[in-house]
Amino acid sequence: MSQYFKEIFGGLWSLLVGMRLTLRYALMPTVTVHYPFETLPISPNFRGHIDLTMHPETGESTCISCGMCERACPSQCIVVRSEKPEGSKKKVLVGYDLDFTKCSLCGNCVEVCPTDALEFSQEYQLAGFSRHDFHFELVGRLQARAAKLGLAPRAPVPAEQPAPT
Amino acid sequence: MIEALPPELLRIVVSVLIVIAFAFANSAIMVLVERKVCGHIQRRPGPFEVGPHGLLQTAVDGLKLMGKQLLVPAKADRKLFLLAPILSFVPPIAALIVVPFSPSSQVRDLDIGVLFIMALAAINVLAIVVAGWSSANKYSLFGAIRAVAQNVGYEIPLLVSLVTIVLWVGSFKMSDIVAAQSDLWFVFTPMGFVAFVIYFIAGMAETNRAPFDLPEAESELTAGFHTEYSGMGFGLFFLGEYTNMVLVASIATTLFLGGWHGPFFDLPYTGLLWFLAKAYGLLVIMIWIRWTFPRTRFDQLLNFCWKVLIPFSLVNLAVTALWLKL
Repeated sequence: MSQYFKEIFGGLWSLLVGMRLTLRYALMPTVTVHYPFETLPISPNFRGHIDLTMHPETGESTCISCGMCERACPSQCIVVRSEKPEGSKKKVLVGYDLDFTKCSLCGNCVEVCPTDALEFSQEYQLAGFSRHDFHFELVGRLQARAAKLGLAPRAPVPAEQPAPT
Repeated sequence: MIEALPPELLRIVVSVLIVIAFAFANSAIMVLVERKVCGHIQRRPGPFEVGPHGLLQTAVDGLKLMGKQLLVPAKADRKLFLLAPILSFVPPIAALIVVPFSPSSQVRDLDIGVLFIMALAAINVLAIVVAGWSSANKYSLFGAIRAVAQNVGYEIPLLVSLVTIVLWVGSFKMSDIVAAQSDLWFVFTPMGFVAFVIYFIAGMAETNRAPFDLPEAESELTAGFHTEYSGMGFGLFFLGEYTNMVLVASIATTLFLGGWHGPFFDLPYTGLLWFLAKAYGLLVIMIWIRWTFPRTRFDQLLNFCWKVLIPFSLVNLAVTALWLKL
């Protein structure tokens, strides 16, 4: 009999303890981040899609168009387009196509790059209406970023003209 | 035109319209309050985007519900299926007729007020059974079966605890019960307090609120008896549930918390305010309880009723009877 009453009042007490706990939580400030209006800072380790690294002064890419990334990519989602202007010794990067629909974010391209020209971007708000929205052209993105920082736009093809003979 | 109508008829029509409007407004407000309270208990703000702090959320939700198609499953019993939401929605609204919101705002002060409310509140189970049976869905039927088992059990302590007060006052009339509490609310007497606690618990079980929401246990029965309902069919069940809640809170206020009497003094027109403050205080406590405790298991639910609530309420009734006789 005493067990019966002990159970009832013990149970009632535990209920009150629980209600006190939820009351305390209810009075605490909320922890929600109102997402589209507020965002949390992204960790610097965040591995989004790849982007070309920007040279901090010139605002240009350090890519030498060697094509290592293209070869290292297990999903064949990278195409490096470059051309060698007549007389120039170096190849010049003209386009860097990333098909993000195929990318598995493995990071082999970033690892393998001899000039550290690739980095992971911090972009995560990637939603689109068509798969073509995920075919990125990284040189264009780099130029847009450089323009935003007010760095000089990329010079159109190296000026080294072959000396007239 | 208006002169031709008997004034009594006009009075009834107007007051019934007001009661229905109150039921709708109450549901809209309670849904919002519920979502806000539950949000804050879980440390999130609840609905926030529609209107300032999400105040218009329920209005938008209501519009959406009204715009939805009412689907009737192919194997369902069509007539019963369409009848059930109405059956769950009308009785609680009808019961609001005898609730004394203030000395001057009570539609009908029936001599059998308490009995009338209890009779109408019991129809709620019938609505659930009809809904569960006619849906031709095993989850709905399980929900209905559970609702019956639960309500058969919990009706007893509910009624016995109300009878305790009726015995004390010697009248079923709501206004008499409120008048009897002008000096001391029943909740502040030992017997009244026990009866109040039992009534409150049983009332929560009667309205199928968590932690007693087994007829609509989402994790086991999808949505229980209203699984198959869409649009306003579901909306009416929802309205019925929230009206039932406010009914339970109003009865508790009337019978135990002194009705329209304020705690210290009564000004001429504060009756309604006191009544609503007490009733909505109880409703917030019901919400608070819902978002604190997990759902009970079915055997625990019935054990609690038959082994604890019923003996306690019967002993309480016997003690009250003895005390009144001595």
